[in-house]
Amino acid sequence: MDFLVAHGSSILFFLFALAAVIGALGVVTLRNPMFGAVSLLVTFLCVAVLFLLRHAEFVAIVQIFVYGGGIMVLFLFVIMLVDQHQLMESDKYGGHWWLAVLAALLLAAVFITAFLPVSFADPPVAPPAFSNVEGVARGNSEAIAWSLYRQYLLPFEIVSVFLLVAMIGAVVLGRKQ
Amino acid sequence: MSTLLDVGTLHYLVLSALLFLIGTIGIVVRRNMITVLMSIELVLNSVNINLIAFSFSHGDLTGQIFAIFTIAVAAGEAAVGLGILIALFRLRQTTELDQARELSG
Amino acid sequence: MRWLWLIPVLPFLGAFLNGVVLRDRLGKKGVWMVACGSVLAALLVSVLAISGYLGSEQYSAHEPFEQSVYEWIPAGSMGLDDGSFADVSVEMGFLLDPLSCVMLFVVTFVGFWIHWFSVGYMDHEPGFQRYFTYLNLFMGMMLMLVLGNNYLVTFVGWEGVGLCSYLLIGFYFDEEFPPYAGRKAFIVNRVGDLAFLAGMFALVAHFGTLNYEKLFGTIEAEPALVQGDYVLGMTLATFVTLALFIGATGKSAQIPLHVWLPDAMAGPTPVSALIHAATMVTAGVYIVVRSNVLYQLAHGTSELVAIIGALTAIFAATIGLAQTDIKKVLAYSTVSQLGYMFLACGVGAYTAAIFHLMTHAFFKGLMFLGSGSVIHAMSGEQDMRKMGGLKEHLPWTYRTFVAGTLAIAGAPLLAGFFSKDQILAATWADHKLLWVVGLVTAGLTACYMFRLLFMTFHGPFRGSEEQHHHLHESPPSMTIPLIVLAVGAVFSGYVGIPKLGSIDINVFDHFVGQVVAHVGHGEHHASLGIELFLMALSVVVAFAGWWLARKYYGGDRGLAEGERWAAKFPTVHRWLFNKYYVDEAYDATAVRGTWACARGLFRFDSKFIDGVLVNGSRHLTVGISLLSGFFDKYFVDGLVNLVGVVSQSGSRFFRRLQTGLVSQYALVLLIGMAMLVWFYVVVGLRR
Repeated sequence: MDFLVAHGSSILFFLFALAAVIGALGVVTLRNPMFGAVSLLVTFLCVAVLFLLRHAEFVAIVQIFVYGGGIMVLFLFVIMLVDQHQLMESDKYGGHWWLAVLAALLLAAVFITAFLPVSFADPPVAPPAFSNVEGVARGNSEAIAWSLYRQYLLPFEIVSVFLLVAMIGAVVLGRKQ
Repeated sequence: MSTLLDVGTLHYLVLSALLFLIGTIGIVVRRNMITVLMSIELVLNSVNINLIAFSFSHGDLTGQIFAIFTIAVAAGEAAVGLGILIALFRLRQTTELDQARELSG
Repeated sequence: MRWLWLIPVLPFLGAFLNGVVLRDRLGKKGVWMVACGSVLAALLVSVLAISGYLGSEQYSAHEPFEQSVYEWIPAGSMGLDDGSFADVSVEMGFLLDPLSCVMLFVVTFVGFWIHWFSVGYMDHEPGFQRYFTYLNLFMGMMLMLVLGNNYLVTFVGWEGVGLCSYLLIGFYFDEEFPPYAGRKAFIVNRVGDLAFLAGMFALVAHFGTLNYEKLFGTIEAEPALVQGDYVLGMTLATFVTLALFIGATGKSAQIPLHVWLPDAMAGPTPVSALIHAATMVTAGVYIVVRSNVLYQLAHGTSELVAIIGALTAIFAATIGLAQTDIKKVLAYSTVSQLGYMFLACGVGAYTAAIFHLMTHAFFKGLMFLGSGSVIHAMSGEQDMRKMGGLKEHLPWTYRTFVAGTLAIAGAPLLAGFFSKDQILAATWADHKLLWVVGLVTAGLTACYMFRLLFMTFHGPFRGSEEQHHHLHESPPSMTIPLIVLAVGAVFSGYVGIPKLGSIDINVFDHFVGQVVAHVGHGEHHASLGIELFLMALSVVVAFAGWWLARKYYGGDRGLAEGERWAAKFPTVHRWLFNKYYVDEAYDATAVRGTWACARGLFRFDSKFIDGVLVNGSRHLTVGISLLSGFFDKYFVDGLVNLVGVVSQSGSRFFRRLQTGLVSQYALVLLIGMAMLVWFYVVVGLRR
């Protein structure tokens, strides 16, 4: 029990990280896209929990809403729109999957060589910047709002324009000729 | 053992790298375009994990802000990608990437 | 006076309108209205300018009026003969002084009436518009010549009138002779122009300016400047005057460059009147008088001018005795009279030269126009042997012609009497032998002019029946200019009545005399008694000439007497009729020589240059090109093909990479990304 109390957050991390990896593997390996989508949903939710563990409450909620809600619904709609039967029939992998795995391993090796020599600073508690607004503790959402609407107002507006363009693009592409 | 169990930024980076590699393998090996798109979402999520981890590590809010932007971009990407998929399906009655070989030399 | 620059511009404008803008668009009437209108405007502006100048303070102060239009050639700093440097600049400028006043008036006045005459004369000719374009161009150039305030502007006009002369002599270019005559005139003039240029170069190299006022002012103030030894044992004054005089012999048809003028009669008759009698050919006299300062400082040249002038005068007059072509007689008469003018210049009587120039412009212009009227009536016939008895058919032409003949012959109280008498008087004072020559020439002049008059207008008609049928007096458009010029021929002498003792009413002499400098060699004046004696003598000589002509050609004698007389002295007649064989001599020497030279050069060309150089280089080139052909074929082409082969096989390999499979592209992307990250992270961190 002591172990659980002392390492509660670590246990949660390993638990959800494992679930996220399994979900990701499901996405890549499952033949049926519908199952793949559900598997992806599992990964999204697990990652959201991991965000919470790193004290990114607002981002976690956005992750659940946007990924778990919006994007996932979009995928499910499209999967239902296209012919399931045809999707099932095709081969799962292309011809060079072993090459791809080799390249991925190469990349992993690069990552490992990059990560190992570095020591990262790890503050034990949540940084005050995550919840303080002008020195007063208000909460993560308000802190992000302050930052987003003041410091990052221009990128924010650009992103909104980008979303508008993406929306128009999607509508044009999806339209019947 | 204690260092392994003591979860820090490195753990998140390793998780992020794993998800990234799984996503890239998915992108490269799968023939179904829907799955490829989902793999891309995985890659983007792994990036978000990185951002959040470093944000915590540095005690700076900017990483979180950036994650939100990434999510927005991912949403747009998904919308457009799925639009292309629908258009391709209308044209070829399939979502297999191998069927679209117009760029073949 | 402010509008001085407009005077040459107006005829240019007319030429531009007729020649470039309008062409034939307004018809004949438009053409001659533009042509005559522009010259009339020039005449009016000239009269206004002259009267303005005469009323101005500058005239009272004996100063010329100068107008600089723009700086034409800013030549910058130039090293002079004496080692110093000067800012040399030639401006497009005009000068109005008594000399150019006279020239200006003569040119525009006579020019206008000849334009008017041309309207009738050229009416039935093709090329009406071309004719008037050239004629206007000539007027502009001539006005530039007489108005220029420096040698270069004058030279532009000088060359310009030469060009127009060439164009108009060769006006009937579809016939054989006129283009030849035009070329001859042009080439002979080039010889003189070369000398003119040399004179200008010497002046600008020595003084750094070509401006008349500056140049002559400097020289007049310090005559020693031009009297030092210059080149070939000559002083600068001698060199320059000699060069200018050679130019003048070309333009004014003096021995030995006189040969072009008689041939120039191939042009339309009004052209002969305007260019080859009244204006252009007198340009040589003008330039000598203009440069009188230099001539006065160059005794040798002055003497040469006088000798050449006297020689030309008697030489041309004797030829005139034997010619049968009406225009040829007038042409030689012109040469002879120009000789008189140069004689006057040579003995220092510059005003007399200009005076004779003016009266000559009137009476010779008149007679050329009269001959034009005759030729017009005779349907183009120019041979006097086929004429005769025209006075009944052409009464006005006859009357005016008589006036002109009397004037040139020196009949008392007519224009030629005064001007010629002044020249003879001045020559008497300077050089007795030349005076004899001049006096004999005066007699000869009267003789051949009356011969012409008698052969043409008196006696029986000797032409064909058809010509007789067509005989008609010219229309008023042609007779009015004749009458106007006849009035000029009769009365223009009164502006220069010679000084007799204390009675001095010679307006002209005082007027033009202002431009004559008084350095060294000046004009000698004879005493009153001698003056009167000379006058009487010249009248007697003129009368003798008339008597001779009348004896052989007058009344109804026709040609018989004259031919009988000619048969008595066959050698003399042959020499005179063939113009002393000068043309033949030139043909045998200069022309043949040039031809032989050209043939030699041609042979050199065809044998050496074509044979050895051109063909040799051809063989060489062929050999080299064969070599380079091999090189091209095997080396260069080989390289080119190599590039082709390499890129072809390369592309055959690379196109296989282009599968169109997105997955494969993603794979390549992945590998590339791995390598990049490896590079940045590992290599970057290690550093």
